[in-house]
Amino acid sequence: MALLQITEPGESTAPHEHRLAVGIDLGTTNSLVATVRSGQAVVLSDEMGRSLLPSVVRYGNDGHVDVGFEAQARQSLDPRNTIVSVKRFMGRGRRDIAHVESMPYDFVDAEGMVKLRTAQGVKSPVEVSADILGNLRVRAEASLGGALTGAVITVPAYFDDAQRQATKDAARLAGLNVLRLLNEPTAAAIAYGLDNGAEGIYAVYDLGGGTFDISILKLAKGIFQVLATGGDSALGGDDFDHRVFCWIIEAAKLSPVSPHDARLLQTRAREAKEYLTVHGEAPISARLASGEFVDVKLTSEIFTEITKTLVQKTLGPTRKALRDAGLSAEDVKGVVMVGGATRMPQVQKAVGEYFGREPLNNLDPDKVVALGAAIQANLLAGNRAAGDDWLLLDVIPLSLGIETMGGLTEKIIPRNSTIPVARAQDFTTFKDGQTAMALHVVQGERELVSDCRSLARFELRGIPPMVAGAARIRVTFQVDADGLLSATAREQTTGHEARIEVKPSYGLTDDEVAAMLKDGFSHATDDAFRRALREAQVEAQRLIEAVQSALKDDAHLLSILERAHVDACIAKLQAVMMGDDRRAIDAAMDALNKGTGEFAARRMNQSVQRALSGKKIEELES
Amino acid sequence: MSVTLSESAAEHVSKFLAKRGKGIGIRLGVKTSGCSGMAYKLEFADAAEPEDVVFDSRGLKVLIDPRSLPYLEGTELDYTKEGLNEGFKFNNPNVKDQCGCGESFNV
Ligand SMILES: Nc1ncnc2c1ncn2[C@@H]1O[C@H](COP(=O)(O)OP(=O)(O)O)[C@@H](O)[C@H]1O
Ligand SMILES: [Mg+2]
Repeated sequence: MALLQITEPGESTAPHEHRLAVGIDLGTTNSLVATVRSGQAVVLSDEMGRSLLPSVVRYGNDGHVDVGFEAQARQSLDPRNTIVSVKRFMGRGRRDIAHVESMPYDFVDAEGMVKLRTAQGVKSPVEVSADILGNLRVRAEASLGGALTGAVITVPAYFDDAQRQATKDAARLAGLNVLRLLNEPTAAAIAYGLDNGAEGIYAVYDLGGGTFDISILKLAKGIFQVLATGGDSALGGDDFDHRVFCWIIEAAKLSPVSPHDARLLQTRAREAKEYLTVHGEAPISARLASGEFVDVKLTSEIFTEITKTLVQKTLGPTRKALRDAGLSAEDVKGVVMVGGATRMPQVQKAVGEYFGREPLNNLDPDKVVALGAAIQANLLAGNRAAGDDWLLLDVIPLSLGIETMGGLTEKIIPRNSTIPVARAQDFTTFKDGQTAMALHVVQGERELVSDCRSLARFELRGIPPMVAGAARIRVTFQVDADGLLSATAREQTTGHEARIEVKPSYGLTDDEVAAMLKDGFSHATDDAFRRALREAQVEAQRLIEAVQSALKDDAHLLSILERAHVDACIAKLQAVMMGDDRRAIDAAMDALNKGTGEFAARRMNQSVQRALSGKKIEELES
Repeated sequence: MSVTLSESAAEHVSKFLAKRGKGIGIRLGVKTSGCSGMAYKLEFADAAEPEDVVFDSRGLKVLIDPRSLPYLEGTELDYTKEGLNEGFKFNNPNVKDQCGCGESFNV
């Protein structure tokens, strides 16, 4: 029997028409589901009152699928069939995944997204994630007493197109209707912003199990605007576990341990880390399969010392995000702490010192993302209260652009543009009579296409033959509210159109994203130089082709001597244009331009005369 | 006869009202629809209408429009947990039979 919740005035639904909506934090380490009940966001617990669901799935030999704590409990006994941190594989190719060789999985070499061979067959990360989402869906439906209308699922702000698409696919596979994908830090801000009525610049510092995200947000009159995002998705609580694990090996003077013992010690390391949040020292003991016995004590001083560089590592992206937003630490009115790993005192301290203020942590850092997602889901499902019509503006993490002549990128949508967004830019043909145009969609901050990530290629055909530079091809990029891109190219005179939904087989790794961002800055001058050189080369090529095409038609307008001079100029330009001396290229182009000036003037006269002959004066005057 | 809140219902209503930050009480009502003809309405109330009948139960205001009142006389609103599910329940003496869903009923 369905139990009732209190709705906003005038919002009662007809029986059986409840718009049951949930927010799901599909985390690397833990996942949660939350909903809004009688106007209040709450995390839904399982039968045992546990709100976190470990993001672990085990595909047993017996055909049984364990999800969460059950799977986690068997992890060290059955590592190969127990998939942890599957989020790291979402939308990724095998070569995109760090430390593949040290993972206990049987990876299947496949085109596109990596797959895992388990006792129950080959599983894609999408299927594994769907099993986690399915478990939360069952929990939610049991808790809410009916089928769900829809869900908002959160993703790291860093997720690229492929990773977002994979997340959506997993949700669909789990039978969930995705109302929207929402950036995790944005969800956290929703939970804080609405509950506390905050205004001003806020930073969201999210250190989870496997990802670090920093977002700079502007909250004003209920409008959330993400000014900048950054982070490092290969940095999280797991890395702290690993430091402790290495410390144990050294302190207990262990010889290299088996994978099984390694898992056990890793678990002990995590327990010690969490224990140290509220205690001064943590006893660590374990009996290994090797027969060795571990009995050591980790003090919070040592723990702080061995993890110092990890904590410091979060401040780089933080600094950069602030710089991207054109702000400094003093402009930040509050810092929202998100993710279980922000419970560590040394993290709280470092963040507090960096921003010069106590971070906000009055909401549970494990739950805050799910709570915000639930609030958003409730609104999107139509259960909104009067005055709740706030906007949510999000941004794209990396610039989107198109390849132009000479392997250069032309950015169409710059990074940190708020989404949804549509931007158009006009391009033209490069060759006379060109009837098709290849379009190459790329993502990244660098000037050269080869340094950016290729997302998709498509082709526009049916361009009417025209002289080079006459066609007008409008390329429109559209990024929807989930951050997914579609690109359209349209020839303006005929209306011929080509379109592509960008669904790359696998996306950028977060390392790549981070590296590309870093590269974009450190190579800026280098790039500027190379860009100028490329532009000069392209320009030179264009000039030569134009002159050659003119010569083909109108060589008779030149004397033999004049012709020889033009040919010499062309030869000179051809000789220098492939080198990297831009000034030499410019000089040779100048010479060719001058050398053909008279020729151009005669051609102009000739075509004017042709146009005039046979036409009446009146026509010309009107 | 009046309309009342159980202790647990009152506790939850005050919690939800506090969290919401505004509202003078809750509004109960019935509307025609659903599989057995009538359906309950349970909403936050921001203002009383002139014709509203207002009950006071455990320090909370319960507002009911006069057309709904005959169907709700003697009702106690309760808050219960059933497995993972939790929420409000109408214990309504006027109901002859109700749809299994508990949201819709007949008098
Ligand atoms: N009390 C604690 N002290 C230190 N770390 C903690 C504590 N509680 C949880 N964590 C760590 O938080 C991480 C998981 O955070 P969570 O936000 O659930 O991650 P994710 O978003 O990656 O799923 C794990 O590394 C876990 O060990
Ligand atoms: Mg998280």
